Amino acid sequence: MIRSELVQRIADENPHLYQRDVERIVNTIFDEIISAMARGDRVELRGFGAFSVKKRDARTGRNPRTGESVHVEEKHVPFFKTGKLLRDRLNEDM
Amino acid sequence: MGEKTLTRMDLSEAVFREVGLSRNESAQLVESVLQHMSDALVAGESVKISSFGTFSVRSKAARIGRNPKTGEEVPILPRRVLTFRPSHLMKERVAAGNKS
Repeated sequence: MIRSELVQRIADENPHLYQRDVERIVNTIFDEIISAMARGDRVELRGFGAFSVKKRDARTGRNPRTGESVHVEEKHVPFFKTGKLLRDRLNEDM
Repeated sequence: MGEKTLTRMDLSEAVFREVGLSRNESAQLVESVLQHMSDALVAGESVKISSFGTFSVRSKAARIGRNPKTGEEVPILPRRVLTFRPSHLMKERVAAGNKS
């Protein structure tokens, strides 16, 4: 499923909304999650999962082609942990 | 840096602000987006949201695990796990926003 299909499924269920409003709704949700993480906040969506930011310490990396040592700065990366309900649903009748 | 935790309420509030639907309907739409994503994943589909990231379901084989406390061997059944791969845009915004 891609973004446009998600928009379409929501639009089909809500015939009273304009398609462009459904697009804005979906975009707002994803933008809000990214903005929260960009501020260092967590987004916890019970049953679905939680988005958070993890810190990666600075390290000495290596250029795999030349073997040369390079300094890699500390950085922050996005992280997602699946919620319990969704994890359980993925494994129903297995 | 924030360290606040946002919930569904904050997402519905953003939808309410941006789109001008009622608070109640905004909350229902947030729920409905999460529901459709979950249903697709449970059906084994990947969910690719451009400029956000990709959720995909992977099957893991059975293996013998170990209770790290007692050393006891326990069978781990085959299972499906969800992985999320953030988009470049998300990685860039998260890295830039949290720079010390």
